[in-house]
Amino acid sequence: MTGKEWIMNQQNNKQTFLYNFAYLDENTKKEIRRKILKAVAIPGYQVPFASREMPIGRGWGTGGLQLTLSIIGCADTLKVIDQGSDDSVNAISIKKFIQKVCSIPITNDTKKATVIQTRHRIPEEKLEKNQILVFQVPVPEILRIIEPSDQVTKRMHAEADYSAIWLYLYEDIIHFNEISIGAGYPVMVNQRYIMDPSPIPRFDIPKLNHSRSLLLFGAGREKRIYAIPPFTDVHPLEFEDFTFRTEDFSGKTCSKCNASDVYLDEIIDDESGTRSYQCSDTSYCEKRCQP
Amino acid sequence: MAYVAVKGGQKAIQNSINFMEYNRKKGNSPPLETEQVKEQLFLLIDRIMSEGSLYAPDLAAVAIKQTCGDVLEASFVLRAYRATKSRVGYSIAHKTDKMRVIRRISASFKDVPGGQVLGASLDYTLRLLDYTLVKEENVNREAILDRLFPDLNKADPYPDSFPKIVELLKKENLIEIQPVDSIQKEEPFDITRESIHFPASRSAVLQTMARGETGGMLLLAYSNMRGFGMVHPVIGELRVGYLPVEIAHPYEKSIYRVGEIKVTEAEVISANFSSDTNSIPRFSLGYGLCFGHNETKAISMAVLDRAMQTSQPKAASEDQEFVLNHIDGIESVGFCNHYKLPHYVSFQSALDRVRFAQEEKIKEIKK
Repeated sequence: MTGKEWIMNQQNNKQTFLYNFAYLDENTKKEIRRKILKAVAIPGYQVPFASREMPIGRGWGTGGLQLTLSIIGCADTLKVIDQGSDDSVNAISIKKFIQKVCSIPITNDTKKATVIQTRHRIPEEKLEKNQILVFQVPVPEILRIIEPSDQVTKRMHAEADYSAIWLYLYEDIIHFNEISIGAGYPVMVNQRYIMDPSPIPRFDIPKLNHSRSLLLFGAGREKRIYAIPPFTDVHPLEFEDFTFRTEDFSGKTCSKCNASDVYLDEIIDDESGTRSYQCSDTSYCEKRCQP
Repeated sequence: MAYVAVKGGQKAIQNSINFMEYNRKKGNSPPLETEQVKEQLFLLIDRIMSEGSLYAPDLAAVAIKQTCGDVLEASFVLRAYRATKSRVGYSIAHKTDKMRVIRRISASFKDVPGGQVLGASLDYTLRLLDYTLVKEENVNREAILDRLFPDLNKADPYPDSFPKIVELLKKENLIEIQPVDSIQKEEPFDITRESIHFPASRSAVLQTMARGETGGMLLLAYSNMRGFGMVHPVIGELRVGYLPVEIAHPYEKSIYRVGEIKVTEAEVISANFSSDTNSIPRFSLGYGLCFGHNETKAISMAVLDRAMQTSQPKAASEDQEFVLNHIDGIESVGFCNHYKLPHYVSFQSALDRVRFAQEEKIKEIKK
């Protein structure tokens, strides 16, 4: 069933519970699209929006979901991943819901998708101009690690007062000779705002820089939208003498497809306790495994 | 247990959903009627409507049945339904003195104009398990009335409305008066249409608390009452009753009554003097109002309202941002439970960091 057929079906079948196309009412979509435009205009700036309660848990990707639902149309093809996997709980419940409220085609193939909603990963295959990547964000405020109050962090962003977070990184290096932040590593966007890239691994951080596709970030519970427009400068925070380092998978390869230049999941064998590695991006791995 | 990257996850998830439905239906008792939930578990209905922020007893009953009695989940179902409804307009703001009261008490005076009306309450019951409820006979309403209230026909006629205790104190200049006019003139801040920012306007504060989670609000209010705060509450007046809902016709502007809602209202007098040293010493007021009969929530709300009026918060319950950002049940529950989702990409990333830091430390010790 295509999106258009879905709309016809809904209109003809008065017995079933009627939802608007893509669930959200048109006024809500309009508001979210406006906020997206503002976010695109000010890369890395967190735009407040009146987040709606969605029928999936607050904190389970409702921000990303609202973005996806307000930009998606009948001609789109959607891919949803969680931890790189198309088949994980969160991805499945989101896909199931979206299918129910607009039945647009769903794919596992990164190349075929026009909108990709993701939790914690950027696909291995390079994204193109006609694709939009929507990130689910649990905590949009990167400065939260040094300051709990929104009122204060808002002012810090306004004044570009970022000394505290630099100091945090510096102190980490002094204590541990390592920066303790694993996923969700702070990035400087367009030389202006320090931004939380959502809990993607450091491995994915370089993909944010000069991305060919539009990157949208939605935090439903915290009611914030932000964006990185295509070809924007995005750099991880680093010192001249202590440079940014991604996760180290040297000498490790995927046990299924043998890939070595990808983000790997560590799998602990039940019986022997030995470790093996597998691609976190499952659809990429499958593609490689096909003859 | 792999709920994840392995193929077949989809089927396992559907089975989990089906299993839950089976568990609800597998017993020998007849299916729960939503009418029964509505009529016999009305306090639960009231709480769900209040936290779900939608006044709809029938839908609340369905939500309770559907979620097998999980209060937070039921409120969530109702709230999500509410979010799909577009905003038609706002009802007209009213004073509450015309409330059709079913219970009203004041702790500040022994006798109050209009009298103390205890109404229906669990307050005065002994918390002894009532074994007779295990097997309850099905008797008709009249018989119950006759047994419980034999003197019903001798009762005094019931007044339409009651004077507000706090108004009497205001008249005597004993209570600080909020600039009410400015509140009524401005359009209320709608927290469902705009993201709340701090310092929040009074309408945003009261709306957020009105849909807050009872337990969370009680915890913060209790911390204040116990000593992590300055409010020494005296209940000026606590009311339960029905308020008319009226809207103005969009064109001809005439006012129509569209229904009524049951609410609980608490006005808490803080017995410490107002902090403004330039004015004469007076008591100050905290205000609480929520859907349904939920006195704990209304009182907690009033205490928090008063607590947050300080300009220099010293305790958690006095900090507007702290209180308002953490009392929403739908948000806190969602975030708490999202930790059950797989996090192995970020955990892998953290593992890499900690292993590296360990190696560095070991190198340092060996030196």
